[in-house]
Amino acid sequence: MMDAGRHPKIKVLAGSELKSVSGYIGNFTAVVRQKARMVSSACTSCGDCVEVCPVSVPDEFEEGLGTRRAIYKPFPQAIPSLFLIDPDSCLGSNPVACGKCKEVCGAKAIDYAMRDEEIVLSVGTVVVATGAEPWDPTPNVEYGYSRHLDVLTSIEFERMLSAGGPTGGHIQRPSDGKEPRSIAYIQCVGSRTQDPCRGMTYCSSFCCMETVKTTLQVQEHIRGVKQTVYYMDIRAFGKGFEGLYTRSRADGVRYVHSIPSSVTRDAAGRLLCRIADPDTGELREEAHDMVILAVGVKPRTDSDAIQKLFTLSRTEDGFFLESHPKLKPVDTPTGGVFLAGFVESPKDIKDCVTQASAAASRASILMRKGEVTVEAITSSIDPGLCTACGQCAKVCPFHAITVDKEKGTATVVEALCQGCGTCGPECRFDAVSLRHFTDEQFFNQIDAALEEEPEKKVLAFCCNWCSYAGADFAGVSRMQYPGSVRIIRSMCSGRIDERFVLYAMEKRAGIVLVSGCHIGDCHYIDANKSTLTRVEKLQERMRAAGLDVGRLHRRWVSAAEGRRWADTIQELADRLPSVDPAEVSKAADWARDQRVKYEKRVEKHREKRRAPKPAMAGSGAGGAA
Amino acid sequence: MNAPQEEKGREPRVGVYVCQCGHNIGRVVDCEAVAKYASGLGGVVHASTNRYSCSEPGQNGMVKDIVEKKLDRVVIAACSPRLHEPTFRKMLETAGLNPYLLEMSNIREHCSWVHEDGKTATAKAKDLVHMAVERARLLEPQEAATVPVTQAAMVVGGGIAGIQAALDLADQGYQVYLVEKEPSIGGMMAKIDKTFPTMDCSI
Repeated sequence: MMDAGRHPKIKVLAGSELKSVSGYIGNFTAVVRQKARMVSSACTSCGDCVEVCPVSVPDEFEEGLGTRRAIYKPFPQAIPSLFLIDPDSCLGSNPVACGKCKEVCGAKAIDYAMRDEEIVLSVGTVVVATGAEPWDPTPNVEYGYSRHLDVLTSIEFERMLSAGGPTGGHIQRPSDGKEPRSIAYIQCVGSRTQDPCRGMTYCSSFCCMETVKTTLQVQEHIRGVKQTVYYMDIRAFGKGFEGLYTRSRADGVRYVHSIPSSVTRDAAGRLLCRIADPDTGELREEAHDMVILAVGVKPRTDSDAIQKLFTLSRTEDGFFLESHPKLKPVDTPTGGVFLAGFVESPKDIKDCVTQASAAASRASILMRKGEVTVEAITSSIDPGLCTACGQCAKVCPFHAITVDKEKGTATVVEALCQGCGTCGPECRFDAVSLRHFTDEQFFNQIDAALEEEPEKKVLAFCCNWCSYAGADFAGVSRMQYPGSVRIIRSMCSGRIDERFVLYAMEKRAGIVLVSGCHIGDCHYIDANKSTLTRVEKLQERMRAAGLDVGRLHRRWVSAAEGRRWADTIQELADRLPSVDPAEVSKAADWARDQRVKYEKRVEKHREKRRAPKPAMAGSGAGGAA
Repeated sequence: MNAPQEEKGREPRVGVYVCQCGHNIGRVVDCEAVAKYASGLGGVVHASTNRYSCSEPGQNGMVKDIVEKKLDRVVIAACSPRLHEPTFRKMLETAGLNPYLLEMSNIREHCSWVHEDGKTATAKAKDLVHMAVERARLLEPQEAATVPVTQAAMVVGGGIAGIQAALDLADQGYQVYLVEKEPSIGGMMAKIDKTFPTMDCSI
């Protein structure tokens, strides 16, 4: 930590929040808002200001076990080693109100007029290491965290054990300040439960060893203290961990395979843990002076904001999703952005450090190379057909299309284009095409998929990043579902032209599914909003034509939602037998009419423009027949 | 469909490889039958099975075929393109082909791993390979542009992981911006007095 503060190549921007991130791999621009500290770097850390500040508020660093002033340094070793004023508790700059700190500051470092600053950073790579939040055990009412002063969380207890902490390292009961003779630890608080009010489903992985370590520390602090650990499993799987656990037991710490159902306080002020005896199942109460809740962690509440800034994905437990669970554990779906620490999943310190080094190494591989190949898959616009209506530019999430009304044409700025292909389906005159994912390729795939028994099939259009990946996840998890689905992959669901859906209808697909990322999760910012609009419009048109809209579905499936994918396919496949062949024929005829209309319009437009006639999209059966 | 190659007067020469992925695919899907089916598809001039396409011998065999049989489109029916597309694109480059002339057909994650019934899985695998071949026939070489990489990194979060990542990057000479929401870096770690298993100070 000290090394980071002193490193000439590291600029620490503390008290800062990310406002926006733009750009792409190798070329990100981030806007950071640094909160005004109201104390300049002229501060010498003398602490005179603290002496005169009349305000006293709970100290966040001490988990509320101590207090701090409105002008303060977060903790003695803080980096940057500067004081700051907490604007929420400071009485204010008005000398009538207060202004005492400014008066005593010899270095003239205090400036109430200091304002938040916006800093623009240009970086090639990003490591996201935003961590997690400790579980607040208030909802776990049976443990009485908010009722009994002597029930503490493991983090609060850490502060009490610290020589620099609020009690100077003395262990004392908050209720009466006396040294405890018996301490109990309750494991898995906020972890490994199916009840979302009481915690998370996963194992937070560090809490067992944290408790084991604490028991040894406490043993040194208070000779002869009785310690009891209530647990469901002790997970001591890391290097040297089992040894530490063995030492703790050898030192006389009791490990009881039972989790208390309640913690109550008796008349003498002792805490009673009600447990089922692990051998006999008999219920009994054990009395202790203090109870420590070994709390787990949950994803940070600002995860949504970080997710949006970097267009990341999250797993069902809320932590960020890596590119591959084994082979790319620190990469993310966004090129140039890497993960380290709890933000990916809870882990111990050593794993955090290892993962951080891995993330740094992955980032440096990119930077060392000096250049990176970017998307070859970009859109292009045929100036011969373009009418400069600007419809494509309107839906482009990257503002990569410029429309020149005078010249009567739109152009794609290739460096900005990310290849989602959302522009294409907007064009009424077939002027837009996407490299590597052409209309003809989609039509070919539809032909091939529906060559045999089309009514018995679900034809699914999936985006690469979420729904296709979700189907991959279902596979990796071996979730079984009916074999009637055929997936066509596109980079983004925004690429899916209604003509593809109509063509599938014409080719008598039993059910058509358009699937992409959840709104807000789209790899191409918000291209999937176009998907939503287009599918809804098409359903509306089908309804108007008297057709069964139950044959066209739109579902969002994230990369982590393998179960949702499998369930969706199961549900749609279950509908297949009830699809009426007469209905299929009616829809096929209607879809054919729509195609013919479209082709006539484009043809007429071409003639008007006297453009050479290229291949007509969707005008024939697959060439493989 | 009119493939651009046909306009140039040349039929694409598609090679199809059906990967058994050991037993991962081979146990459920009849890969030989899929390869046989693929050999009858339009444009396909070679179709065979591979025990492990991603293995060294698997890749070498495909490179050899591409060169000897003058293949100019390659379909590999194996795992998800999200896993091995980069691997096989490199293989195409080794064989002198543009990497974008590859199409993968996902007969593992989307087929053998999710359908226990061999008959269903094999029929689906045939369809998936058929779809891939039809797409591959229209693949065109693409040129990816290269852009410079800014020689600086941003680390978001100044806890133990962020600090370590920042130090490793800075020690390599890159400018690092360590962005922390709280007024000091250190995170949760700074609150802990002693840490397991070595019981040393965290700061």
